[in-house]
Amino acid sequence: MKVIRIVFRSIRDSFKSIIRNFSLSLASISCITITLVVVAISMTLSVNVNNLMKKVEDDVTIVAFLDEDITPERIKEIEGEIRKIPNILPGKEGIILDDKESIRQEMMKSSTTYEDIMKNWNNREDNPLKDAYHVKVESIDQMENVVKEISKIEGVHSVKNNEEMVDSLVGVFDAITKGTYIVVIALVIVTAFLIVNTIKITIFSRKREIDIMRLVGASNINIKIPFLFEGLFLGLLGSIIPIVLTTYGYSTLYSRFDGKIFGNIFTLTKPDPFIFQASGVLLLIGVIVGMIGSWRAVRKHLKI
Amino acid sequence: MELIKMRHVHKVYKNGVTAIHDLDLSIKKGEFVFIIGATGCGKSTLIKMLYREERPTSGQILVGGLDVAKIRNRKIYKIRRKLGVVFQDFKLLPKLTVYENVAFALEIFGLPKSEIYNKVVKVLELVGLKNKAKQYPTQLSGGEQQRVAIARAIVNGPKILICDEPTGNLDEKTSMEIMNVLEAINKLGTTIIMVTHDTEIVDKMKKRVIELDSGRILREYEEGEYVHESN
Repeated sequence: MKVIRIVFRSIRDSFKSIIRNFSLSLASISCITITLVVVAISMTLSVNVNNLMKKVEDDVTIVAFLDEDITPERIKEIEGEIRKIPNILPGKEGIILDDKESIRQEMMKSSTTYEDIMKNWNNREDNPLKDAYHVKVESIDQMENVVKEISKIEGVHSVKNNEEMVDSLVGVFDAITKGTYIVVIALVIVTAFLIVNTIKITIFSRKREIDIMRLVGASNINIKIPFLFEGLFLGLLGSIIPIVLTTYGYSTLYSRFDGKIFGNIFTLTKPDPFIFQASGVLLLIGVIVGMIGSWRAVRKHLKI
Repeated sequence: MELIKMRHVHKVYKNGVTAIHDLDLSIKKGEFVFIIGATGCGKSTLIKMLYREERPTSGQILVGGLDVAKIRNRKIYKIRRKLGVVFQDFKLLPKLTVYENVAFALEIFGLPKSEIYNKVVKVLELVGLKNKAKQYPTQLSGGEQQRVAIARAIVNGPKILICDEPTGNLDEKTSMEIMNVLEAINKLGTTIIMVTHDTEIVDKMKKRVIELDSGRILREYEEGEYVHESN
């Protein structure tokens, strides 16, 4: 009961002091707001880039052409051998057989010239095309290894993948993602500093209050708790605008472009659940930064 | 029973000034003690060490069984809860009402509202300010403000009340009013230690007096012994 009352009073006092020191509170709140808006933008960028990267990863396949004279039994065996290689996407999608007959059919459909040439290749033996396995990997970072392993398998004629393109894409995406992380972390640290300073000024103007609190026997915790709640509420208030912006802004953006930018190449991440997760993260950052800020500021002040 | 015991206390400030020099002192429960002396004699330092605003350089200070010298910064509140302190400049919060200023000292302990109300009303009655509970410090006279400060200092029921020149800013008549309040509190069993340079008050009160000079006890007078020199 005692603790509850102390906490309750601290909450009440923190509200009072936010209102009483309104201009300083506003400074802290705007500081948090601006940072969180930038954090929100970075987060949106990062998530979409990640999303895009996944899409590219999904689309990247290794094509393993098999020897011309391979037997259907050997084809089956090869599938098993490819499966044993680590980093192969599990499930049916991971390894798809494109046999020469279906390749022929497809090519014939695409042009009359092919049709003329290929219409007589009715038997397996007549068909000079190669059977091929389309293999997908779990992570493209280790694709090279998979390619190497597949080439070693007996009956595999050649292996192809669009490695260079993938490599450069992965590089770019990685850089963007890392860049946004760094921006977010740097911003959070900078905000924490700014808030520490802002709150320090607030607290300096309340030195008398703290001195009297100490004088009448308040422990350091007693003094800190109201300031901690104050930081929490400042963070809470500071995250309102960024959250609203993310929620409505991103939803609007998404529906405005119908989820796609530059035709079908870039697909935007769906707003649900992204905006809720992002809002949660923003709120958390705001609150934690606010609390750390005030905690540090008071602690410095309490050292005598 | 000795409530305060100081043994071989030295206090040397960082700038090399010796404020207290090998001081021995004991104060019993329920006593009313004046500490007098010229400016710079160490009387303020002496009481600041009692509520641990200053730490002695060496020696032992026991207040209610706690060794004040050894207490850590983080634990100062333990000593502060045993005593009330009143200052010359009142140290009230201007944005809080009289009631709130006094209740402030109880709220940090997490007492229930009704208990706080009862205690605050009781002390305001004791200092004669019950009808001014809703006013702000700026609306009060100096004497009234000092009585609010006294109310705040004793609302926790401390064993010791330390007063640092409580009448320094007040005229003679108001000072005597404050002294009457302090005497009433003393009669209820609270030990009072008061620093003052107002020897007339000391003369009138007929209490134990400790006279300091250059950080040492120059003279000690038992109750009623002290006579104002100019007389």
